[in-house]
Amino acid sequence: MSRPRFVRLAETGRPPVRFRLDGRKAEALAGDTVLTAILTNAGSLRPSEFGDGPRAGFCLMAACQDCWVWTEEGGRLRACDTVVAEGMALRTTPPEETRWPTSAS
Amino acid sequence: MADERVVIVGAGPAGCRAAEALAAAGLRPTVIDEARAAGGQIYRRPPPGFTRSAETLYGPDAGKAKAVHAGFDALAGRIDHRPGTTVWGLSGNRLFLRCGDEAEILPFDRLVLATGAVDRVMPVPGWTRPGVFTLGAAQIALKAQGVSIGAPVVFLGSGPLLLLVAHQYAKAGAEVAAVLDTSRLSDQIAALPLLAARPAFLARGIALRLGLRRLGVAVHQGVRPEEILGDDNGVVAIGWRGADGSARRLEARAVALGWHLRSETQLAQLAGCRMSFDPVWRQWAPTIDPMGRSSRPDVYLAGDGTRILGADGAEAAGRLAAAALLADIGRPIDDDRFRPLLRRRRRLDRFSRGLARAFPWPAEACRDRPDDAILCRCEAVTVGEYRASLQRTGAAEINRAKAFSRVGMGRCQGRYCGAAAAELLAGETGDVSAAGRLRPQSPVKPLPASAAEIGGR
Repeated sequence: MSRPRFVRLAETGRPPVRFRLDGRKAEALAGDTVLTAILTNAGSLRPSEFGDGPRAGFCLMAACQDCWVWTEEGGRLRACDTVVAEGMALRTTPPEETRWPTSAS
Repeated sequence: MADERVVIVGAGPAGCRAAEALAAAGLRPTVIDEARAAGGQIYRRPPPGFTRSAETLYGPDAGKAKAVHAGFDALAGRIDHRPGTTVWGLSGNRLFLRCGDEAEILPFDRLVLATGAVDRVMPVPGWTRPGVFTLGAAQIALKAQGVSIGAPVVFLGSGPLLLLVAHQYAKAGAEVAAVLDTSRLSDQIAALPLLAARPAFLARGIALRLGLRRLGVAVHQGVRPEEILGDDNGVVAIGWRGADGSARRLEARAVALGWHLRSETQLAQLAGCRMSFDPVWRQWAPTIDPMGRSSRPDVYLAGDGTRILGADGAEAAGRLAAAALLADIGRPIDDDRFRPLLRRRRRLDRFSRGLARAFPWPAEACRDRPDDAILCRCEAVTVGEYRASLQRTGAAEINRAKAFSRVGMGRCQGRYCGAAAAELLAGETGDVSAAGRLRPQSPVKPLPASAAEIGGR
């Protein structure tokens, strides 16, 4: 997992939220979006399905659609407007069985 | 007429003020908003459990933010508020909604669209690397999550938001590498007569510049962004040219970029509202009368989704649109209340033209984008591929060009490539109005197949 991207500057006294990221234990804070939860633990959210490298979101206001991630159950989440919840199991790569045959896979 | 079904889309400053005015007249509007709490992006509220004061979050606009929030919260029980809900389609007099996995069709008699705006961006080679975000995103990260998008951050673009967000970051203790502004001081001087329409705002801009200097943040003007450099982990530096043409490089792990805003007009277009080209902002906007009436008698428009006037202009426009709606259904309206709003709107309009001139959209730099720059972030189509497609097919209109190149067809529906694609299409003529405007397609935002089912019925 690459170096965390976001830096916490304020509001750090919130209760912790434990979740799983790509099979490993990770921690966020209550009120974090899935995007904040992942990017305070890792450097990116997903690979581009067009093979041009990793992506980490762009607009944070549900307009660009660059931050869709996966759950272990195979679901999709828009990371910037979904709140992280205790016990979530998130992935920054698509589960094998749902992977589309594109140039990136 | 008590049964008039009025729906407001968007709960930013415009939607909130429209809802208040309609509720005050005894109507019970439905207010649909994508966010969990009203306020819009500009007065966005952090999630429950966050403790920073409004003064810390909104600076000198804290009073206005609190007033918009309080005014809206006081409507509880008198309006039908639908937070966390997306309007993804519109057909005739029906809105197509999604809330989580639930879908619904909502009929309306009258509609107020206060859909806001997104950042207007120019593609910079390397802008898809992890660590590059919009200016709006950088502000949301700090305001609503208490985080910086990385460290150190470079702020790149132009417009009032550029210095503001850089200053907010530096003040919050974030590591800011520099502000790279594509506008020149001469642009700002040329715009002074128009900017003088709001002396207090002008003074605030100067204070921001001095504040950044005090915090040790360099502001470079007249720059030309060349490339955002990176490795497998994302951004490592930005290459740019100074006003004197010299090649420069700054180490950075994050870049926030934006050139003003781009109106969210998809729903107005699906409603069939007439659009006209605004040469000042170089973008298409719904045609409105001074009150906010669209070309369609039952659709009203307010806020940055219609004209980029900022939060104060949005508040005024929301109240005006509500007054127009009330007048149209035969309710008495108080002339003394909305006449000053009309005057205010005209003054804000003048100031807004000043901002567009002071911090110009770099149209020329857009046309000169290198072939290897990605233009469409959604599907990784490069500028070179777009140019080749235009040449091969002779497409001169943006929707035709989209059909051949897929630029504007991805998941964002052209929100982030549309402005640059229009400049590339216009080419040397510089006439972006001739390129036309992207036609939105329903759903205007992605939705699960389970929610699409109800839309088809």
